Amino acid sequence: MIIAEQKPIPEIAAQVRQCRRVLVLGCGGCVTVCQAGGEKEAEILASALRLMGVREGWDTQFDAAAITRQCDPEYLEGIARKVAEYDCILSLGCGVGVNFLAERFRRTWVVPGLNTKGAGATLEAGVWEERCLACGDCILHLTGGICPITRCSKSLLNGPCGGSQGGKCEISPEVACGWQLIYDRLKELDRLDLLLEIREPKDWSRTHDGGLRRVVKEEARL
Amino acid sequence: MTANGCKTESRLERVLREGHFAVTAEVGPPKSASSKGITRHAAAIKEVADAINLTDNQTAIVRLCSLAAAVHVLQAGGEPVMQVTCRDRNRIAIQSDLLGAYSLGVRNVLCLSGDHISFGNHPQARTVYDLDSVQLVKLVHDMREHRRFQNGEEIKVAPPRFFIGAAENPFADPVEFRALRLAKKVKAGADFIQTQAVFDVDRFARFMQVVRDMGLDQQVFILAGIVPTRSAKALERTATVPGMVVPQELIDRMKGAADQEKEGVAIAVELISRLREIPGVRGVHIMAIAWEEIVPEIVKQAGLLPRPRVELATPA
Repeated sequence: MIIAEQKPIPEIAAQVRQCRRVLVLGCGGCVTVCQAGGEKEAEILASALRLMGVREGWDTQFDAAAITRQCDPEYLEGIARKVAEYDCILSLGCGVGVNFLAERFRRTWVVPGLNTKGAGATLEAGVWEERCLACGDCILHLTGGICPITRCSKSLLNGPCGGSQGGKCEISPEVACGWQLIYDRLKELDRLDLLLEIREPKDWSRTHDGGLRRVVKEEARL
Repeated sequence: MTANGCKTESRLERVLREGHFAVTAEVGPPKSASSKGITRHAAAIKEVADAINLTDNQTAIVRLCSLAAAVHVLQAGGEPVMQVTCRDRNRIAIQSDLLGAYSLGVRNVLCLSGDHISFGNHPQARTVYDLDSVQLVKLVHDMREHRRFQNGEEIKVAPPRFFIGAAENPFADPVEFRALRLAKKVKAGADFIQTQAVFDVDRFARFMQVVRDMGLDQQVFILAGIVPTRSAKALERTATVPGMVVPQELIDRMKGAADQEKEGVAIAVELISRLREIPGVRGVHIMAIAWEEIVPEIVKQAGLLPRPRVELATPA
């Protein structure tokens, strides 16, 4: 799923305080799971902004709502009439949701309430971590299912750098060395041979470095 | 390959192939546009070292670039080893710099991953790592041996023919993988290795045993890293760098010394003499960080003077 976290409230306030009617719009997808931008978070944020507005004397109305998915045109249609009543949507979707809202509602100012972090998963209650950088050319079969692009801070392809110590990355004792994880797993599975081959430079044109990416599945087209 | 067995015009290669115990030393370029310090250090160090490494924005702090610094060393009559990291430049910029450096007379390059950007003075910068250090070694090697750019395109005239260095840190983890990683760099085309600083000689000797068992010492020139420190505090700070192992007794020894600078030199000299005894060690690489002026004294006390006078190699 996409993991994200809410922007600091003062940063959000600066984006919306000049507006008259703001719809704080949650998303029922990934950001509900990572507790950043679901219906509940939209209501809490709208309340916080209302209080702040009263305290600071803004002339702004904040209402909360949520839709099933902001990244799906079908669900955007369902709120078209409601959106017409507002001059601003404060989206609590990921960046994709914000983009889709802006593309659909051409006359409405759309602003982001979240910072989108990436493709990740739940580690434990309240903790989410990225696991995929969407490089467009998966090599997990070469690394025991642990991604060096994501888990190694330098995205190295030929093993750990000289800063790996005690299983930790040189950037922080809080960060595991991705290559130590890969090494341990391949050793356990008796596949260390995979680490001896020289991996050629990656084709980064399959990432965003090659420009906007689009997936087309012909048989799925109407 | 030329008659003397050299693949390049590097004087460092000549020294090593002639069987001399090599000495290289590091000079850190300044955080300014002044060449004065580099020129001054180069003038002193060229008399006591076979080549001078110029670091590439070490610890991710903006400094005068290693290419320009290498040219300043050339102008001072020294033999530069231009360090190139993968952190800040993609394959286009790196290959461009390699062509430029070679055209200006640089003949040695050290290929590195580079310290992570989070250590430096611009932690907000975008990290590059288009390549990693193994891929960089192979790139430089393919330019020399196959006259190819990284994309496979032919370099029709004047391919750069560098003497290719790589680093290895025998003290990093996973420890069992370190010699294998060295083997990978040799396979990619490394001619020489400059190791991370050695303080724990016994552990380094065990690493070298593995390296010899794999026959790697016959395929690559290994120069052991020496970091002289001028105070107990500096040594303690060094011990906290990820991938560094400093035995506590060395720190205690520095703390107990009446003259810590003198003790720092004595320790460096002792380390050199012990490392020389390890089979497969073909030289030392002295990294006197922000203390470059001490290099001549250390080399002298280590009994490594005079340095061999090698003839300029004929073009390969």
